[in-house]
Amino acid sequence: MDRHYMDSQIKGVSTGTTILAVTFNGGVIIGSDSRASMGGSYVSSKTINKLIQVHDRIFCCISGSLADAQAVTKTAKFQISLHSIQMDSPPLVKAAASILKELCYNNKEELQAGFITAGWDKKKGPQVYTVALGGMLLNLPFAIGGSGSTYIYGYTDAKFKPDMSREECLQFATNALALAMGRDNVSGGVAHLVVITEGGVEHVVIPGDKLPKFNDE
Amino acid sequence: MALSNVLETPPSGFNFENVLRNVALEGLLEGAHNKAPKPMKTGTTIAGVVCKDGVVLGADTRATSGEVVADKMCAKIHYIAPNIYCCGAGTAADTEKTTDLLSSNLTIFSMDSGRNPRVVMAANILQDMLFRYRGQIGAHLILGGVDCTGSHLYTVGPYGDIDKVPYLAMGSGDLAALGILEDRFKTNMELEEAKELVRDAIHCGIMSDLGSGNNIDICVITKQGVDYIRPYQESEFKYKRQRRYKYNPGTTPILTEKIVPLKMEVVQETVQRMDTA
Repeated sequence: MDRHYMDSQIKGVSTGTTILAVTFNGGVIIGSDSRASMGGSYVSSKTINKLIQVHDRIFCCISGSLADAQAVTKTAKFQISLHSIQMDSPPLVKAAASILKELCYNNKEELQAGFITAGWDKKKGPQVYTVALGGMLLNLPFAIGGSGSTYIYGYTDAKFKPDMSREECLQFATNALALAMGRDNVSGGVAHLVVITEGGVEHVVIPGDKLPKFNDE
Repeated sequence: MALSNVLETPPSGFNFENVLRNVALEGLLEGAHNKAPKPMKTGTTIAGVVCKDGVVLGADTRATSGEVVADKMCAKIHYIAPNIYCCGAGTAADTEKTTDLLSSNLTIFSMDSGRNPRVVMAANILQDMLFRYRGQIGAHLILGGVDCTGSHLYTVGPYGDIDKVPYLAMGSGDLAALGILEDRFKTNMELEEAKELVRDAIHCGIMSDLGSGNNIDICVITKQGVDYIRPYQESEFKYKRQRRYKYNPGTTPILTEKIVPLKMEVVQETVQRMDTA
């Protein structure tokens, strides 16, 4: 078992990954790949779930150490539920993101996990928040994260438009994931996408061979 | 530390004081001819498969301590609940104790709530415990069982990450076993087919990995009950002892015999009345 840990800085299973979240007119799309790796050369799971539902209209995607991320989201899910019951109304996306941020910041020495929180609430509509490794919280129109995100900064900066339609946004997210999975060795598998709107939550799964292909493939 | 145990009951669960002591000892032994003893690892092949009517778990039976086989008939499939069993790879002591603790906790929970434990609950408890110890507990576990919601197979890593899977292999022989599983696994297999698949996967692990070997254990869990077949298949490379190691009484002649009675005197006598009122 020890041979698996040697190269990676993350001990144990890592979701070396590509995650993103994009707002559009009326909702938000959150997406990820589905690969979990150990040490950069062993794929320990081809079908890992990185889109965790923390409340009815709030999802969170995870990157970094799988164990740390799962533990944090479990705690956050409980605290968000409790907050929602105490307030007697669905939580704001900002509240959910802040709860994650508090957990990451206060335990920054021990934890190695990053999150992108996205959802819809009645006050501000669709929102995307990114919680980085050390506990920084940022509100952005779209966010990308994980090891594969470095390959798509240019693409997303060039192609993102505010107030896209649902179909345009779905195409944008799919293309971005496909490009990142094509270049990053620790991202791959299927593309998971979730469309969150006021009306509900819709899962879209695109298997690896149905992803859009680009020039070199 | 040893003395204080006599006066007060130690707190339950794990105690990591010895980790600090071991680190200090390692420093002292550095360069000396005797190194710290290595913990017994189950260099191992374990596998699990979800089939149509339940879950099939399999394991080899070799436990190694460095380059020596410490136990040829080690049981790596541990009982958690009547409907849940767990295969463990990694440090033998850690997997034993972790599964024992889990089993006790789930029994208490069953009695308190009046409900049978679910596989997902066992997996979550394991995750919480292993995450708390930050990977210090070297337990790589495959948890499988059948409950009211269906048949499930979970993997729990030493750092506390869990994944719900249809089939999996773990241990030092995992890559060899996974090859067989990836090739022949189909969803909703028949029970007999699943047993053969798991047997083949473990056999491949035994043949291709030095840390796995000896016999193959299979555990079949269905709604009707559990069939723990130990061993499912014995190794054909069994060593037969050349000579007897038992000696008949009288082999060693007695030269002299001296009997000394031990004189004991009563020092203190206390009487405590028991009140059952």
